[in-house]
Amino acid sequence: MSTDASAAAVHAPEEGAHGEDENYLNHETGLWSWLTTRDHKRIGIMYCLSLAVVFFAAGMLAMAIRAELIAPGQTVMDADTYNQVFTMHGIMMVFLFLVPSIPAILGNFVLPLQIGAKDVAFPRLNLASWYVYMAGAIMTIVALVTGGVDTGWTFYTPYSSSTGGGILWMTAAIFVAGFASIFTGINFIVTIHKMRAPGMTWNRLPLFIWGLYATSIVQVLATPVIGITMLLLILEQSLGIGIFDPALGGDPILFQHFFWFYSHPAVYIMILPAFGILSELIATFSRQRIFGYRAIALSSVAISLLGFMVWGHHMFVSGQSAVSSIIFSLITYLIGIPSGIKVFNWVATMYKGSIWLQTPMLYALSFLFLFTIGGFTGIMVGVLAVDVHLHDTYYVVAHFHYVMMGGSVMALLGGMHYWWPKMTGKMYNETLGKIAVALIFIGFNLTFFTQFILGAQGMPRRYYDYVEKYAPLHELSTYGSWVLGLGLFLVLGYAIHSLYWGKKAPANPWAAATLEWTNVAALPDPHNFLRTPLVTRGPYDFHLADEVFGGGDGVGDGRAATAGTLEAPKPAPSAPEPQESH
Amino acid sequence: MGDSGTFWLPEQASTIASQVDGLFYFVTWVSAILFVGVVAAMLYFAYRYRRTHPSERPTPVKESKLLEISWIVVPTILVLLVFNWGFKTFIEMNVAPPDAYEIRAEAKKWSWLFTYPNGTQSDTLYVPEGQPVKMTMSSQDVIHSFFIPAFRVKHDVLPNRYSSVWFEATKTGTFDLFCTEYCGTGHSDMITQTKVVSQSEFDEWVESGGGAKDLPLPELGKRLYSQQGCQACHSIDGSSMVGPTWQNLYGKTGHEMEDGATVTADENYLREAILEPGAQIVAGYQNVMPASYSNLSERQLTALIAYMKELSTNEAPSGD
Repeated sequence: MSTDASAAAVHAPEEGAHGEDENYLNHETGLWSWLTTRDHKRIGIMYCLSLAVVFFAAGMLAMAIRAELIAPGQTVMDADTYNQVFTMHGIMMVFLFLVPSIPAILGNFVLPLQIGAKDVAFPRLNLASWYVYMAGAIMTIVALVTGGVDTGWTFYTPYSSSTGGGILWMTAAIFVAGFASIFTGINFIVTIHKMRAPGMTWNRLPLFIWGLYATSIVQVLATPVIGITMLLLILEQSLGIGIFDPALGGDPILFQHFFWFYSHPAVYIMILPAFGILSELIATFSRQRIFGYRAIALSSVAISLLGFMVWGHHMFVSGQSAVSSIIFSLITYLIGIPSGIKVFNWVATMYKGSIWLQTPMLYALSFLFLFTIGGFTGIMVGVLAVDVHLHDTYYVVAHFHYVMMGGSVMALLGGMHYWWPKMTGKMYNETLGKIAVALIFIGFNLTFFTQFILGAQGMPRRYYDYVEKYAPLHELSTYGSWVLGLGLFLVLGYAIHSLYWGKKAPANPWAAATLEWTNVAALPDPHNFLRTPLVTRGPYDFHLADEVFGGGDGVGDGRAATAGTLEAPKPAPSAPEPQESH
Repeated sequence: MGDSGTFWLPEQASTIASQVDGLFYFVTWVSAILFVGVVAAMLYFAYRYRRTHPSERPTPVKESKLLEISWIVVPTILVLLVFNWGFKTFIEMNVAPPDAYEIRAEAKKWSWLFTYPNGTQSDTLYVPEGQPVKMTMSSQDVIHSFFIPAFRVKHDVLPNRYSSVWFEATKTGTFDLFCTEYCGTGHSDMITQTKVVSQSEFDEWVESGGGAKDLPLPELGKRLYSQQGCQACHSIDGSSMVGPTWQNLYGKTGHEMEDGATVTADENYLREAILEPGAQIVAGYQNVMPASYSNLSERQLTALIAYMKELSTNEAPSGD
């Protein structure tokens, strides 16, 4: 195909040492080359495969939960199994999937490319993070085998102190997996500070980088706290030191403070990089500068800092003092504002743009729809008096699924579609992509909007069985989960198809203006850039980005690629040689 | 159950419910309006500025400071308004009126037990209509949570301290009471009922030891024996515990007191021993029985003594 030629066109004149088609996937082969790689792109792919397995497993558990809840009473499993299933769903989705997801997959792959670096600052630490993560994942499986864990992902004491042997493995797994997060966070902070290409000032950083930067701060500062908490839990269980268990003289409320001190900021670990992806998608597919770039960049940092001061809003009815609850409620509102600013700015970015409704953009629009509902219902559960009624009901379940799945996962899917051509060198089937978005969007709303009503009606969460009056909405929610599951399986299907039979991707199929598209080959070189790029404009300055439109009509959209006339995009200016990153 | 709630919220059956619902609907409607605004703008832009040619390069839009400030300031005002409202209602929910009727709730895996001031116990929560009720709650094992959707009240029940909620029921009927803090296998079975009845019906119910109005006296006495905690100190098999056994106590002659006197354990002696335990101390025992039994009702007293009669093979003492 003609795109072979285009890849060659970028490479050939530059460095004779490279083979014509050498890229990060084929310059070394074999399992060992992957297991010992220090290439951020390959580590990103390894994380992608690991996380895909976790997401699949945890997703199937979700389907099992919904299947059990289709009718009152026992339908497919007994109560103890159900309790273990929802616990594993929560733990795997939160600690093993959502927390690492965007930074570990897309952050690893995209971050150095977007700032014009050859790799992250500490490539070995980066590889170590994957191994540590895998160790955590394996310990989770051991926990499952050694007796199951049925505490819910929150591990509230004293219930978690009184339950079987798996809990020690599980807490140890979370302790270990936390280090993977910390490694990634440190790596990103240093990389962003020290390895930006010449001309890549802080005000020219793509917003995805800003999102990852804010995320990394939270990862480094908050993750140790969950580590300490899990360690204390292990000490209490194995040595009988009374910390949280009242039978030993401990205080169960203390555990909740510890737990949420991490787990609330962890929500921002999950959503901040999603905000970053969204900015990339909205800007590229609207071909407009992000409206309020600074407001979006700084609001991410504001959220990451304020995020440490709101943990008590999980505990309005738990027995903390009313004064604490009132203060936490107030700060919770303050953190709602920066998120609101972002949503308004994204919509405003579309104004007078040139909007191209490709699959990634449809995910971005779905995100705006779903995350806005998630945000408003977040304000609702932050209202003290109303939260007393809604706390620990399905309203909360629906709320955090709108934020976590409607927000983070939709952004991740959008990002995966967006960067798929760069990661795999292949295009996916656009029509199937759009059908899948529609199925996921409809299925998601059917599954979770019903749960807002259930929760407001008083349906408590983590219930294996329920009173008759909740039956119709539960049934509807289960049907929704089938549609949602179908949509996700469709994505899996055409992703695999694309790997083997997909059309070869051009270097810049979306006519994006950031470095990974303008200065990197369709499949990136092992060292990313042949020359260190020189950045002369902002990441979304399409009016200045002549290189994006260099090939004449149609090139920018990559449509010409399928028509067979694409030329390589002209690279953006490079810094004078020799230019080493420090 | 009387399910006459709205689309979103269940039936209102407490004084606080209408305030909570007002706030819920206010937030819902303001959110809905803003949400429709955001989505409509998004869809309009997506249509109005759709890409018609791949080489389109729109001119950059100048940022508007005024617009940006407005969407910082307006939401801030809105959330502060909502915060203030929620905060006031929350305070009201947290401060029980001084004249509130107190009920103890004990939670354990996976049942509730409610104890009334006179010692009546029940696993269904009976409350009077139109009277503030304060629940003082504790747990025997793990954390549970007390939730009555129709009253819009909820609070965790902890193993190492008391927590409380209060409410005033506004209509009679039966309402669900859920445990809402995950507590293991039977979590979703930890459901019971709240029965709101009129004050007079409630008084009668409490008086009779929890719907035991029609129970034969010895049966009621047997129930009270465990409900009132008698069994902790008085055995019924003859063994000596903190207090004298009840076996063959009734009708015992020559019952020796600490001061050397002897009495016959007839109805009036037993009645006094329950109501004023310190008046005469049985030889060999300490004066440790709480005086709180003085608030037992007449029927409860009679029932306890009737139960003691059953436990005794002694002849009824002659009425001298």
